[in-house]
Amino acid sequence: MELLAFGKTGWGDELFYATLMTIAVSVTAMFIGFFFALIFTPLKLSKFKSLNLIGNFYTTVIRGVPELLVIYLFFFGGSGAIMYVASIFGYFEYIEINAFITGSMAIGIISGAYSTEVFRGAIQSIDKGQFEAAKVLGINKFTQFYKIILPQMLRLAIPNLSNVWQITLKDTSLISVTGLVEIMRQSYIAAGSTRDPLFFYCFAAILYLMLTYISMKIINRLEIKYSRGY
Amino acid sequence: MDFDLMFTSFPKLLGATVVTLKLLSASLFFGLIIGLFFAILRLNKNIFINKFSYGYSYLFRGTPLLVQIFIIYFGLGQIEYLRATFLWVILKEPYWCAIIAFTLNTGAYTSEILRSAFQTIKPGIIEAGKSLGIPSKIIFYKIQIPIAIRQSLPAYGNEIILMMKGTSLASTVTLMDLTGVAKYIISTTFKPIEVFIVAGGIYLFMTFIIHNVIKFLEKKYSFNS
Repeated sequence: MELLAFGKTGWGDELFYATLMTIAVSVTAMFIGFFFALIFTPLKLSKFKSLNLIGNFYTTVIRGVPELLVIYLFFFGGSGAIMYVASIFGYFEYIEINAFITGSMAIGIISGAYSTEVFRGAIQSIDKGQFEAAKVLGINKFTQFYKIILPQMLRLAIPNLSNVWQITLKDTSLISVTGLVEIMRQSYIAAGSTRDPLFFYCFAAILYLMLTYISMKIINRLEIKYSRGY
Repeated sequence: MDFDLMFTSFPKLLGATVVTLKLLSASLFFGLIIGLFFAILRLNKNIFINKFSYGYSYLFRGTPLLVQIFIIYFGLGQIEYLRATFLWVILKEPYWCAIIAFTLNTGAYTSEILRSAFQTIKPGIIEAGKSLGIPSKIIFYKIQIPIAIRQSLPAYGNEIILMMKGTSLASTVTLMDLTGVAKYIISTTFKPIEVFIVAGGIYLFMTFIIHNVIKFLEKKYSFNS
């Protein structure tokens, strides 16, 4: 138990901050994912074939390729791509991107593909009459989306979004390969210096279980809140 | 774009795909057996057996696959007792550790898929079997299991694809699978985009094949035909 003590003698505080880092990366990635989903969902639902193709390409590729490969692409390719853009503007120094940004970008793009599918399914299951009624009342497309479709869509999407959240939370463990100190990386460091990998990896598993358990409880509340009146 | 690199790395990556496929097929095979076993336990009325099965699937679905591999590969070797038994022959090999971790992981997901398939079977079907005087064991093997397999095909297809992506984690325990070789080529040539296109293309091709095979099976065993 003294291995988990806070302060200089134990790994308690380090693991605590690592847990906060995992939460921070997951939340950031989830929001980046929403951002991508907001772009690609309309593309997938669009009437134009070419826009459909772009949307389908994104979700198919990201969902068909291992997460680890995407992370490696960002890890090794990220700074190169930024430096290429910078060189166009006449800046040739070496640029290193923060591991937090690369990691949450990579996980965010992955979670975005899953969120896109969830949003698409939710919008498609809204009754067609709702769209027609909005049109008849002369409500413009923007208000229609934000005031009529989105609130109804959220109710349908929350159970599936909770799955996306769980996937995203577990995917953050893969960022440890880039050196960002989250739960997995911290356990790796602790296991290496104390030669007690069994204890630290089991503790990491418990931390992840706790995170998934707590988030399940919160999501269940949201689900109740958004399904009022049904 | 370095097309030369893409051409030269393609055979290397294709060779590594064999490792990925081996890992995938072994873990799916053992995972299906474990999944079926735990799904049957889950339907048991005894609360302890039921809770035990639920605990197993909760544990493996609530933690990342990476943690599970690390516990088995790095963690279990720490136990002195284990190193004395014959199990050590298996546990010292990263290949078998990866297969054990993948099996237990996919087994947990498969047990959930099969459980929900068993539970959606209409009681009328079982009652019809009973009223025809068929013994309950035969009802289970000849009626419930085939229907459950058909019901769970779409979800199981997704699980196969998820597991295929999961095998990429074998590269973290020194195995040279498709992702492992891709990472090696990237870190020696610093051309991530080219390698990503080739390796990602191979993964997508496998996804495409699995997707279509499952679709074919779904059509073949659909209730309407």
